[in-house]
Amino acid sequence: MAIATGLYGLSFGALSVAAGLDLLQIMALSLLLFSGGSQFAFIGVVAGGGSGLSAMSAAALLGIRNGVYGMQVNVLLRPPRWRKLPMAHLTIDESVATATGQTDPQEQRRGFWAAGIGVFVLWNLFTLVGALAGNALGDPARWGLDGAAVAAFLGLLWPRIRAREPAAIAVVCAVVTLIAVPLVPPGVPILIAAVVAAVLGLSGLGPATEGLEPDVDPYPDGVAGEPDAGRSESAEGPRIVRETGESGVARQTRGRRQVGTTQQPGVPRQFGVLRRSGIARQTGASQPPGGRTDA
Amino acid sequence: MSLWAWILLACAISIATKFLGFLVPAKLLDNPRMLRVAGSLTIGLLAALTAVNTFASGQELAVDARVVALLVAAVALWLRAPFLVVVALGAVAAGVARLLGAG
Repeated sequence: MAIATGLYGLSFGALSVAAGLDLLQIMALSLLLFSGGSQFAFIGVVAGGGSGLSAMSAAALLGIRNGVYGMQVNVLLRPPRWRKLPMAHLTIDESVATATGQTDPQEQRRGFWAAGIGVFVLWNLFTLVGALAGNALGDPARWGLDGAAVAAFLGLLWPRIRAREPAAIAVVCAVVTLIAVPLVPPGVPILIAAVVAAVLGLSGLGPATEGLEPDVDPYPDGVAGEPDAGRSESAEGPRIVRETGESGVARQTRGRRQVGTTQQPGVPRQFGVLRRSGIARQTGASQPPGGRTDA
Repeated sequence: MSLWAWILLACAISIATKFLGFLVPAKLLDNPRMLRVAGSLTIGLLAALTAVNTFASGQELAVDARVVALLVAAVALWLRAPFLVVVALGAVAAGVARLLGAG
């Protein structure tokens, strides 16, 4: 997880420089906004010449899924009132995935804090390194950093498209955006696409829970579970599995990632959205012990 | 408002959104429609951001070196390359395409 988060932060720092933000602004985003997708959205709009309002709106809309995560963490860990604010700040893809992957309440709590604090530290450290490196590089166009931005957004979108419905939403929104580009000020096309996406979702056409995966798989294939095994409870490698119990479509169409996963009996249905599945298919017998039911 | 103001406002909204999740009743989680909207918003926004960063040049559409970056990134993702490799390949692809004379 450390490597994935570090590299993700590195690219954010470098691309923010290319978007024209100064070091303090970049660090403010990583320290205070602290949500990879939203931060990328913000600098993506700024880089495209969009207004601050458009950038903020895109970041806010992309952050809505964090509210969903917050609900899940709150139900799962039942924190005391005074702890809710720091926990809310650490509520990101990785910490939620780690917590929901455990079955023992104490392990869930430990997993949440360990992943949340760990990612926070690494994310900010590598944002700083990336921003400094980006400053040293100079002219973004010459170095192809605009190509890097394109690749970054596609990389964020890619893991969220596992079925036909999310793919259709993506295509429709991309087309709507491009049609709108010549007609409205920069930044606004993205917001129009957001409205279209929301309408598609509301009308029930959207995926039940597609799109709620982590920005970057913290446990990439091949790395998962091996270097970290036994060191922390998060070493096992989460896979976010959608399982709402009401739509079989998404389940059937995403078999690729579900190979080797097993059900977790006894986990309430609502946590299924972010239920972590085992990665037995990768690490086989090398699963660390720890009383989990998902391996 | 300056960019700084928008940055701080975006940060405040982000924290508020997360915190709100801790305050609303858990019953909301049983509402698949709300999850749908959150999910499709994420997908729609990322698709829109990809499209804009690839084809928009101010208020005009352009086909240039960034399209090469998009294609190379797609191939890398298809081959399940890690995120930074994808990003780096995108940068290299756009840079090389530019060297070879693509806009």
